[in-house]
Amino acid sequence: MDALIGLWEWLGENLIIVQILIKIVVIVAPLMLCVAYFTYAERKIIGYMQTRIGPNRVGPKGWLQPIADAVKLMFKEIILPTAANKTLFLIAPLLTLGPALAAWAVFPFQEGLVLADVNAGLLYIMALTSVGVYGVIIAGWASNSKYAFLGAMRSAAQIVSYEIAMGFALVGVLVAAGSLNLGDIVRAQQGEGGLFNWFWLPLLPLFLIYFISGVAETNRAPFDVAEGESEIVAGFHVEYSGMPFAVFFLGEYANMILISALTALMFLGGWLSPFPASWVDGVPLLGDGMHWLFLKTLIFGFFFLWLRATFPRYRYDQIMRLGWKVFIPITIVWILVIGLAVIYQMPWWFD
Amino acid sequence: MRAMRDYIKSLFLLELMKGFGVTGRYLFKKKFTVQYPEEKAPVSPRFRGLHAQRRYPNGEERCIACKLCEAVCPALAITIEAEPREDGSRRTTRYDIDLFKCIYCGYCQESCPVDAIVETRVYEYHFENREDSIMTKDNLLAIGDKYEAQIAADIAAQAKYR
Repeated sequence: MDALIGLWEWLGENLIIVQILIKIVVIVAPLMLCVAYFTYAERKIIGYMQTRIGPNRVGPKGWLQPIADAVKLMFKEIILPTAANKTLFLIAPLLTLGPALAAWAVFPFQEGLVLADVNAGLLYIMALTSVGVYGVIIAGWASNSKYAFLGAMRSAAQIVSYEIAMGFALVGVLVAAGSLNLGDIVRAQQGEGGLFNWFWLPLLPLFLIYFISGVAETNRAPFDVAEGESEIVAGFHVEYSGMPFAVFFLGEYANMILISALTALMFLGGWLSPFPASWVDGVPLLGDGMHWLFLKTLIFGFFFLWLRATFPRYRYDQIMRLGWKVFIPITIVWILVIGLAVIYQMPWWFD
Repeated sequence: MRAMRDYIKSLFLLELMKGFGVTGRYLFKKKFTVQYPEEKAPVSPRFRGLHAQRRYPNGEERCIACKLCEAVCPALAITIEAEPREDGSRRTTRYDIDLFKCIYCGYCQESCPVDAIVETRVYEYHFENREDSIMTKDNLLAIGDKYEAQIAADIAAQAKYR
């Protein structure tokens, strides 16, 4: 054990890049596993909501289904359409998956447990979640197919519209927390009130808008016009097969997990325990810790699936109306409210 | 007043919450899935599956080559050739059903005056060669011999509705 710690410190001093690489693997490998089992959870939960039982043949209770899917996709042929722009065609899936993984670099899992403690963490996250749209647009353009192009156009307009509402919701968070550092945002939610100290209560409208915009950002049902299985086949990724398709899939689910985790971080107090510290002093597991973050992320992940099982797809003009005429005005008004609350040091949250 | 109520309803997403309630309830409902190869859904005695030709209890084939089934078949899947047998009775020399053409409407069974051609409740079958899809008279009689007990029971169960 001592030797391992010694080696770790030696790496930190002499081969910092290796140390960072190890840290990245420690974050990304479990994340990929989560993504794989998120697809399984989706099929199971939506199946249950439709009074079916979902996949149950591969392994006990279907537990090996995602592994079987991954192996199948890896061995499938990668078809490059003759009319496609081959370079862009192959870069596009990486551009959707890359940012979804890179965003985790500034994500604090626990007090002091963060890969890069950047002070402009929130800006970094906003920038990276916006880069994801390029993957979709490039995929639609490079496929040189009308359905793919239509899907990409829809998706671009939708993501750009909802980015604004999402950004405004985050402005509310940073006004309330007074910092762009994600760790500081969580620490600002600490207090004697336990879960009532978190930002979800004073920022309730922004909380809902952030999550719903997040659903729209990730092109998930009921905002999945970019994919629109029943109208434009699969939208921007019709022409994809095999591993590039799988990478798009991974990107989509990694984005969903990212949005869930960010919502948990910014509105539900991240790793903080819902109980006031004085109540659970010394009780194992009830204090602050990574498991709370995991649990909160799980709840939002479930909501993503619940939404998909419940609602039909929005019509395109309805999506635009919701984004521009409902969400943006509400966020602007609420930023004003929060600003006043911070200036006059409203008790409980901002004193 | 109404407009006001509708506005509040849509602003607080009340209808959507109801939707969540429905799917949330269904999450815990009993599941309808039938685990197919291990469990099977019940089959009606009227089920129209694989075809069979029947025999009388003394072993004599029922078909008298009246060709009503051939005439009524909407998909033209049945081909019959007939000749008098040595004992002078009229019998088929060829009775083919092309199962790729067949639409399993059951008209052949309906039209048959002697209950010779029937559709059994067998639905688990496959062909490994294209030509296997054409059921010859021998095939049909073999299927009939194999499932005779079931076929007779099904026909008896349905007799009062005919």
